[in-house]
Amino acid sequence: MVIKKAYVETTDRMLRTLELSFLNEEEARAFHFVPGQFCELSIFGKGEAPFGIASSPTENGSLKFTINKAGVVTTALHHLEEGAEIGIRGPLGNGYPIDLFKGKNLLVIGGGFAFTTLRSLIAYLLHPENRSKVNEITVIYGARMPGLLLYREELTQWEKMSDLKLLVTVDWGDKDWKGKVGLVPNVLEEVAPSSENTYAVICGPPIMIKFTFPKLMALRFPDERIYTSLERRMKCGIGKCGRCNIGHLYVCKNGPVFNYTQLKKLPKDY
Amino acid sequence: MKLKLDKKDFKPFLQSLMDEYDLFAPVELAEGVSVFKMIDQPGEVHLTELLPQKPAKEFFFPQSEIMFRYEKIGKQKQMISEEEVKRERILLGAKPCDIEAISIIEKVFVGEEYTDVYFLEKRKKTTIIGLGCNHPLSTCFCSSTGGDPFLRAGSDLFFIDLDEAYFVELLTEKGMAFHKNKFFKEADSKDLTLVKELEEKAFEKIGYSIPVDGIEKRLDLMAESSFWDRVHEKCIGCRICTYLCPTCHCFDIVDEDEHPRGKRVRNWDSCLSPLYSLETSGHNPRPTCRERTRQRLMHKFNYFPKNFNQVACVGCGRCILYCPVHFDIRQAIIATSPKRPRRFVGKRI
Repeated sequence: MVIKKAYVETTDRMLRTLELSFLNEEEARAFHFVPGQFCELSIFGKGEAPFGIASSPTENGSLKFTINKAGVVTTALHHLEEGAEIGIRGPLGNGYPIDLFKGKNLLVIGGGFAFTTLRSLIAYLLHPENRSKVNEITVIYGARMPGLLLYREELTQWEKMSDLKLLVTVDWGDKDWKGKVGLVPNVLEEVAPSSENTYAVICGPPIMIKFTFPKLMALRFPDERIYTSLERRMKCGIGKCGRCNIGHLYVCKNGPVFNYTQLKKLPKDY
Repeated sequence: MKLKLDKKDFKPFLQSLMDEYDLFAPVELAEGVSVFKMIDQPGEVHLTELLPQKPAKEFFFPQSEIMFRYEKIGKQKQMISEEEVKRERILLGAKPCDIEAISIIEKVFVGEEYTDVYFLEKRKKTTIIGLGCNHPLSTCFCSSTGGDPFLRAGSDLFFIDLDEAYFVELLTEKGMAFHKNKFFKEADSKDLTLVKELEEKAFEKIGYSIPVDGIEKRLDLMAESSFWDRVHEKCIGCRICTYLCPTCHCFDIVDEDEHPRGKRVRNWDSCLSPLYSLETSGHNPRPTCRERTRQRLMHKFNYFPKNFNQVACVGCGRCILYCPVHFDIRQAIIATSPKRPRRFVGKRI
């Protein structure tokens, strides 16, 4: 694929979004995915790494990935210029169970740069064709600092919309920050959305997930209606190379999206 | 069809194979040490009673394998597919445990959703000639894991060493293609009796069984057991057990860049390495040897059976034989069971 557009998202310059376009029409048409799936991006000579798809299937013709600069491949992806070609394998993994969400309310909880696939899910559901599939959408999104929030322009748009209720929070505000200040689990407790007829989708750092689960329990969300997307070191992405297993399931093939009922049965290898 | 191959005809037979096939068979490296290798001279082949040091899996899943190459042409780097396997291949002299292990790895690599083309191509183009295991070692426990020293399953042809000759069985379509081979003669009833005797002797040699049956269920209840706090204690994390295990199939994928060209390579990897699951963030879901040992044993005896209805251990005993600190997987298996096998108690292992 070709890098159509690339821009830095955050003030610490660690997160960069790549908008990729397909080399030809045929490839674009053959690529079908659901929010929550991921792809392996690769640069010859540097290697391959998995990234959640940040764009929605409703945004035709291109794919969006937000990349945290951390290792060899991600650093190389940060240095590529617009117009460069990179390799892609995917879509991989199961994605969010959108069919289950039909006719239900949805509570989306995101933290930090794990917000990418949640952005895909929200953008997909906000599309006029899909909006009627679910009832109320509540989004709680937190980052450490205002400068670390992803997709800020879009967040401003969403804030104005009546289609969804958006709560953006930061751990530490700065002098320009007028929004909420507080950790995601605490904001969740404060907002206390009803669990009735509602599915919760959480994606964030392990520490956030650890403290959010009990709050959801307190709100009486049943285990099977709490979904989360896991991350593990991966290589092949298709359940062969072995490294991303949690119990008998592979995060790459059987996941990355699991519900809490499934997770409870698995060893805490994540 | 019961046939035999006289030992004096063995070299010409191998030569005739090599005219048509790439041959992969054990050779003797030093006294008592045999390994599989691609054969250049028929004289090299040493169908030994020893268990070759490395399992035959590397014939299908090499320790290091090029997936594709790339080269900078103009401004962009282009992908160049690696050449296909050109000749038909023969794996000769693998013991039933190694052959069973290949069918176990095949379950992973050739799946319903995704198929590993590198493995499948090699597997399809290979005829397997198994070798009966006349002399199981003291570390062997194949009869406990569902195999036996003379298990034919997986072999296309099966050889049994009768001292003067090899007893030959043609088992599959690929094997039947050899029925007109000029070196094979009709076997007589004396040979059949000998085969029976050898089989019985081999079984006697193993002579004990360990409680592998039901281990999946037992381990279900042991995921967070204190068992794991002790069992890993002597492991130094050298990983030799996983590299020499015929069913271990984990790999790593890396790029080897030699500007302006390079290759993407996959190499054997091991779940006992701390780097195996270490994430770039610094988080490691399996931070200590405890979790890594649990992963190794649970994968073989709990996770794998859940996915494929079979334990991922064939009882070849290599992990016991080559472990520098004498970690004995049999003792770990026994420790999961309330019942101690009578014949095993008191036997020094």
